[in-house]
Amino acid sequence: MTDKAIVCKDLCKQFGDFTAVNRISFDVNKGEIYGFLGANGAGKTTAMRMLCGLSYPTSGEATVAGYNVYRQQEAIKRNIGYMSQKFSLYENLTVRENIRFYGGVYGLSDSQLKEKGVELIERLGLGKEMNKLVGELPLGWKQKLAFSVAIIHQPTIVFLDEPTGGVDPVTRRQFWDLIYHAADQGITIFVTTHYMDEAEYCHRLSIMVDGRIDALDTPAELKRKYSARTMDEVFYALARGAKRSAD
Amino acid sequence: MRTLKFLLEKEFRQIFRNKSLLPILFVLPMVQLLIMPLAADFDIKDIRVAIVDNDHSSYSRRLTEKIGASGYFHIEGFAASYAEALRLVGTGSADIILEIPPQFARNLVKEGDQKVYLAADAINGMKGSLGASYLTAVLTDFNNDIRVEWMQPQKMEPQPTIEIVQENWFNPSMNYPFFMVPGILVILVTMVAGFIAALNIVQEKEIGTIEQINVTPIKKWQFILGKLIPFWLIGMIDFTIGLLIARLVYGIVPVGHIGTLYLFLSVYLVALLGFGLLVSTYSDNQLQAMFVAFFFIMIFILMSGLFTPVENMPGWAKVISHMTPVTYFIEVMRMIVLKGSDFGDIRTPFLIVLGFAVLLNAWAIFNYRKTS
Repeated sequence: MTDKAIVCKDLCKQFGDFTAVNRISFDVNKGEIYGFLGANGAGKTTAMRMLCGLSYPTSGEATVAGYNVYRQQEAIKRNIGYMSQKFSLYENLTVRENIRFYGGVYGLSDSQLKEKGVELIERLGLGKEMNKLVGELPLGWKQKLAFSVAIIHQPTIVFLDEPTGGVDPVTRRQFWDLIYHAADQGITIFVTTHYMDEAEYCHRLSIMVDGRIDALDTPAELKRKYSARTMDEVFYALARGAKRSAD
Repeated sequence: MRTLKFLLEKEFRQIFRNKSLLPILFVLPMVQLLIMPLAADFDIKDIRVAIVDNDHSSYSRRLTEKIGASGYFHIEGFAASYAEALRLVGTGSADIILEIPPQFARNLVKEGDQKVYLAADAINGMKGSLGASYLTAVLTDFNNDIRVEWMQPQKMEPQPTIEIVQENWFNPSMNYPFFMVPGILVILVTMVAGFIAALNIVQEKEIGTIEQINVTPIKKWQFILGKLIPFWLIGMIDFTIGLLIARLVYGIVPVGHIGTLYLFLSVYLVALLGFGLLVSTYSDNQLQAMFVAFFFIMIFILMSGLFTPVENMPGWAKVISHMTPVTYFIEVMRMIVLKGSDFGDIRTPFLIVLGFAVLLNAWAIFNYRKTS
């Protein structure tokens, strides 16, 4: 129990007679980088929102950081970080003000805020831009900043929903350096992506098709199982059978 | 408490950094307060009269001069016939026709009785009826004048008549800004609190930052207070500036206790902010929130008794009127500012608005969900 960051069993989410997430089961180990793959509309975001306590499951069981997703959402929210597809920092606040705000609402003390702020700005090399409005930063920097802010309170798990969408390859690479750095500090990473090269960076990953998890293993094992040379081919083999149209 | 501090810090930074919002919050209401009372003046002056004088006697001329001298009428022209006068009304250059029949003076002297014909353009019902009644008053006056002239030399007992003397209390000179400014001030505060709060929260939904807020341990009440407090303060400031303008520009000094006024305002603002909050929880984008808030605020304003007395409304309209908080505040504003009512007098509206505040906010908090 203690070495699992997320335990998920037969989790379902139904919108009317549409089953967005259909009985998915998986575990995520502590400190693991877990890739959560799937085509558009496969149900990734819905599943992630349930785990973050943003949405009630229709049925099934799940615990996140040891807390129940039905009853202990507030406890979950204290122990996770979340970075959504939509950019979610305040564009009309400066870099420093955003850090202060999110750090503050996660209950960091004044000295922690100062210390974390300096450390974060230094690691991202944002020294000069510290007092710039976030809206003026290029997208790649915004994403890196959003990630750093999402883990400012040292959460047990951080959920990343397509964090590198629309970002150039160099910045993506830097972004994954940040992810590895966070994983080294013991933060469990739960990440969705559409880039198959990024899938290779994950310790383990699952692929969702039409609301179900059709495959779950290490990248190497998946490639062997589907006798594919790259993750791309694995993904094609699975997602080709999808019935749902993209969202 | 500490979370709330960070929320407030963020809100104030955002508000004061928003260069397009600041003028809307502080300048526009003041400009409106300077312009609207001048436009919303129900006092009718310059009623244009077309006179059809079929008599051309000294009496008919005296009557005409009296009308012209009253200050309310402007004699637009003398028409040769009623049909010609009607054409003047038709082209919109006259509001009222006064037809003096032939033999006006003769009948008046001989028979002591004479009728004149008065026709008013009632497209603008208010102007028509007020104009006609003013003109009737002038005629009555004229009537008295000549009666006095004739009775006196005969040394007869004057006929007993009851003369009505009017005195207007609380607004002795029937000054319209006195009546309108307190009401308009209420509307301005209502717009700021009702609209801006609704739009602000929906904006967070639209940008997607609310989702980020929803995954943090920020509690519902903290988030909502973080939104209410800044706009509550802005409402208070706007009202204060408005009171100053009322004093400096219109010379309106509240007769009643200003503390009572602010007590009522503080509760009223909570009610209106609750309304804005409620609208925001039901809307997905700013356009939607704007239209929903606009729809309700229009009803609030039109039913509030600002322009038309609530007492004159049909029963069903009175019911609607009493279901909008604005009605109560306009009533209370006029009571305190013009009449000098104290808390005892406004207790009932106060409790009703307090009820609105509790109900609307409870509903909004209930309807705002961190988890769907």
